[in-house]
Amino acid sequence: MRDVAIIGVGMNKWGELWESSLRDIFTEAALLAIEDAEVDHIDSMYIGCMSSGLFVGQEHLSSLLTDYLGMGPIPATRVESACSSGGLALRTGLIDVASGMNDIVLVGGVEKMTDVSVHGATFALSTAADQEYEVYHGVTFPGLYALMARAHMHRYGTTRKQLAQVAVKNHYHGSMNPLAQYPQKITAEEVIESVMVADPLRILDCSPITDGAAAVILAPLDLAKKISKKPVVKIIGSGHATDTIALHSRKDLTEIKSTERAAKIAYEMASKSPEEIHLAEVHDCFTIAEICVIEALGFAEKGKGGPATEHGMTTLGGKIPVNTSGGLKSKGHPVGATGVAQAIEITKQLRGEAGERQVKNAKVGLTQNMGGSGGSSIVHIMEVV
Amino acid sequence: MSSPRYWRGIPQRYRLEAGKCKKCGKIYFPPRLICDECKSREFEKVNLPKEGKILTYTIIRVAPSQCTDQAPYAMGIVELSAGSTGKDGVKILSQIADCDFDKLEIGMPVRIEFRKIYQEGEAGIICYGYKCVPV
Repeated sequence: MRDVAIIGVGMNKWGELWESSLRDIFTEAALLAIEDAEVDHIDSMYIGCMSSGLFVGQEHLSSLLTDYLGMGPIPATRVESACSSGGLALRTGLIDVASGMNDIVLVGGVEKMTDVSVHGATFALSTAADQEYEVYHGVTFPGLYALMARAHMHRYGTTRKQLAQVAVKNHYHGSMNPLAQYPQKITAEEVIESVMVADPLRILDCSPITDGAAAVILAPLDLAKKISKKPVVKIIGSGHATDTIALHSRKDLTEIKSTERAAKIAYEMASKSPEEIHLAEVHDCFTIAEICVIEALGFAEKGKGGPATEHGMTTLGGKIPVNTSGGLKSKGHPVGATGVAQAIEITKQLRGEAGERQVKNAKVGLTQNMGGSGGSSIVHIMEVV
Repeated sequence: MSSPRYWRGIPQRYRLEAGKCKKCGKIYFPPRLICDECKSREFEKVNLPKEGKILTYTIIRVAPSQCTDQAPYAMGIVELSAGSTGKDGVKILSQIADCDFDKLEIGMPVRIEFRKIYQEGEAGIICYGYKCVPV
């Protein structure tokens, strides 16, 4: 296997982009990545997208997006793994370059979510859960994560305030990210008094519905060192694992085993331990998710994710800043783009380009992207070389 | 929902039919074609017990479109009784009906009843299935 590096990143401002179509927002991000990498061609392309069929009635993105990017007839592949589609697209592109099949590969992610009603978006997202044995009975994604939150609070004493602190922290980080959908700072009181969605989760515990795209350019490390004018970010670990699609089929309702497994694989491949990670971008689709994930990644002991967050371990300036981009909560969550955008934040941090939210001396970063209620997870570890 | 799709789910939704691995005894709901424990492909049909306890719960306030007329409603993951087998009981997700939201708690005993789940408009299928109620 060849070593692989990220040599270019591109992302547009996320939000409710009424005036832009799926093809426009993807092409914008892809062009930004191509310009950042200063390459004149790409050999192949991977697109993470969860459900363009349900959101805009459009499948066959491989053809559409290479066409509009002016890159036809290169090969392109759409990758789907619910909310972890972007992370999986990155891993698939990584495998393509590592194998020697292609050299310059564009990995993009996109989701155009606001062309349907809220009910339409809720339905599209719910297809990531078990349609016959979860969704049929009337559960929603906030509902599934609420079930995990209740179990975590009951077993470990995680508090309502600790959940709120995840949202407060991520909005504080997002306030320093000009591309974030909701860059407003919020308080714990505002979270705790916001509208209830599925007890104990309130609207400010939930990531929003977002239009957005993100793209990175991959190249073999040797070539990257020759052509890149910026610090080269090497992908040193990649792990991917699955778990049951239905939350109720899992042995423990407070753990995200797919993340634990994917992280173990990535740490081994990178020869790194959790203590050697300087910052991470994780999948905070709901506040409880970030708490379970930092436990699964080994940043906090099992059951201690709440207190660790409350005491500032994961805040900028803390021991391991988590979601300096604002995370899904503040930056937005266009599901197929999220996993790619996580890699962009880590790349910018490792290059020292993160501005106000820069983590000092950041050399090693981690991304964790997951699908559904944890039915799939992808973890990547990156190091500046 | 198309009629064939609804019809396929009736054995589980109406009668709680599960598959028990003939080799290792693990029970699957819904039934499967291969046992994830011992990889056996031989199963016998069993019906799930109708008593269990709440492992975790929530109140759905913002419901999907087919259930908005019922909101708010409680939902829980329920572990059904495993009797004297010494194994974990089968877990299901269902609505918890006829309950006082403030009195719900983890560990609370419930039993399964046959109920209407939702209705697809004036002329659509009426979808039935299982819900739990406090004992």
